[in-house]
Amino acid sequence: MSYFDKILIANRGEIARRIIRTCKHVGIRTVAVYSEADVDAPFVEEADEAVCIGPAQAKKSYLDIERVIQVAKETEAKAIHPGYGFLSENPVFVRRCEEEGIVFIGPSARIIELMGSKIEARRQMQAAGVPVVPGWDGKLASVEEALFIAESLGYPLMLKASAGGGGIGMQLVHTPDELQKAFDSTMQRAASYFGDGTLFLEKWISNPRHIEVQVACDAQGNAVHLFERECSVQRRNQKVIEESPSPYLDENTRAELLETALRGVKQIGYVTVGTMEFIFDDKKNFYFLEMNTRLQVEHPVTEEITGLDLVEWQIRLAAGEPLPLQQENIKRNGHAMECRLYAEDPQTFFPSPGTLTRLHIPENDVRLDFAVIEGSVVTPFYDPMIGKIITHGHDRADAIRKMEKVLETCRVEGVKTNTPLLQKVMRDEEFRKGQYTTRFLDKLLV
Amino acid sequence: MTLSENKSIISPVPGIFYRKPSPDKDVFVNEGDSVKAGDVIGLIEVMKNFYEIKAEADGVVERFCVENEDIVDAGQEVAVVK
Repeated sequence: MSYFDKILIANRGEIARRIIRTCKHVGIRTVAVYSEADVDAPFVEEADEAVCIGPAQAKKSYLDIERVIQVAKETEAKAIHPGYGFLSENPVFVRRCEEEGIVFIGPSARIIELMGSKIEARRQMQAAGVPVVPGWDGKLASVEEALFIAESLGYPLMLKASAGGGGIGMQLVHTPDELQKAFDSTMQRAASYFGDGTLFLEKWISNPRHIEVQVACDAQGNAVHLFERECSVQRRNQKVIEESPSPYLDENTRAELLETALRGVKQIGYVTVGTMEFIFDDKKNFYFLEMNTRLQVEHPVTEEITGLDLVEWQIRLAAGEPLPLQQENIKRNGHAMECRLYAEDPQTFFPSPGTLTRLHIPENDVRLDFAVIEGSVVTPFYDPMIGKIITHGHDRADAIRKMEKVLETCRVEGVKTNTPLLQKVMRDEEFRKGQYTTRFLDKLLV
Repeated sequence: MTLSENKSIISPVPGIFYRKPSPDKDVFVNEGDSVKAGDVIGLIEVMKNFYEIKAEADGVVERFCVENEDIVDAGQEVAVVK
């Protein structure tokens, strides 16, 4: 009971392989969909069935809603796992699944829409008593109104697109003059990228830390947290290294953060696995930033410290089962760290597609979630992340020591990777002391 | 260099070629338009990054060698400026 016979995976790369792994373990058949560029990718080989859905361009394959739905019907898949990115937070896709009687492994279209609007999300969280970044959560109708409101909030401010996310559609402004200049272009960019030009204002928090809480909720109204992850090591608003627990939190702050996150998800009636993202200022005040209504890239660090399988939880919750564990039975053990291996220049972050002529990573005492194998082609069409290295230690120093050892002995040839940068971080004194903010990599690279 | 000399614009990276800054915008330049050295004539999307393709010399865009949203290889000619 509770498991589907067959699941279609509407994604590619490491996350498709990750989902296949759990499905094999619990006895679910899998259908992979792939683009012409991915015909030789490991996930295509590993799935029970695989169907080509179009050319390399994501828009013509992985983002083609009707084609994905059609394949699900033809292969009689009962559910679709969207992974992350692509269609994972697309309410139109979720509605199409609902119409066809296919279970979407994730939240309802209503919840995705609610959390997709940054203004609505702020309002909901405020109503639940979850602190949000000080600001103004109404729509800015004109530049005059923006200037008036900005005056009362005080500069510097972040001008943000309600529909934006992941650092896109934001503009930092220090003066009324800068706000005036940025207003129209930010609105136009938001309208063109997200189809919605609605803007709002938030106080700018300098040197924040990015800490998020993993939650899981069932359709019976129960919610639990699976502790936090710290993801402050970022380049261009893209996470590079994640760890759990966060070295920044004392037990009191942690308890308050976890409890606050649960209040937030209960407020919106969330069901399935999700993440509440917060930013912390230098006085340990924390504010809700946004909610990710999907499995995240960094979920393995949570799995390593809890010993749980989050993909299995997603499947069971999507099938309407109650949470597998109650809060008091979810235990944290040791410390986990994840490094994302990107095919890119470690200095300029410029992507480096090519053929992986060598990929050798010692597999003992480390978890490797990789998109590729030796000989794979890293194509220019998708994300530059080729894999994740996850270590687990009895404490933070132990997890770092293990990571250093893996990075030292791994051999990746044929494409440039950020391995030298990851090694530099692991050796950095401030990082080793747990003293870092989202500005850390900028400073390290100077 | 004479004014009538043809200059190829080469993509330095593999990826998807775009003639517009975003889907609902006009093209950067049309065939027959004059460009100055450094003007952006297109974008290449490579692993979610966008690389600007620029004219290397002043002249007139004689033709594009690839269509909007075509896949290009590193070293491939994307346009000719005369």
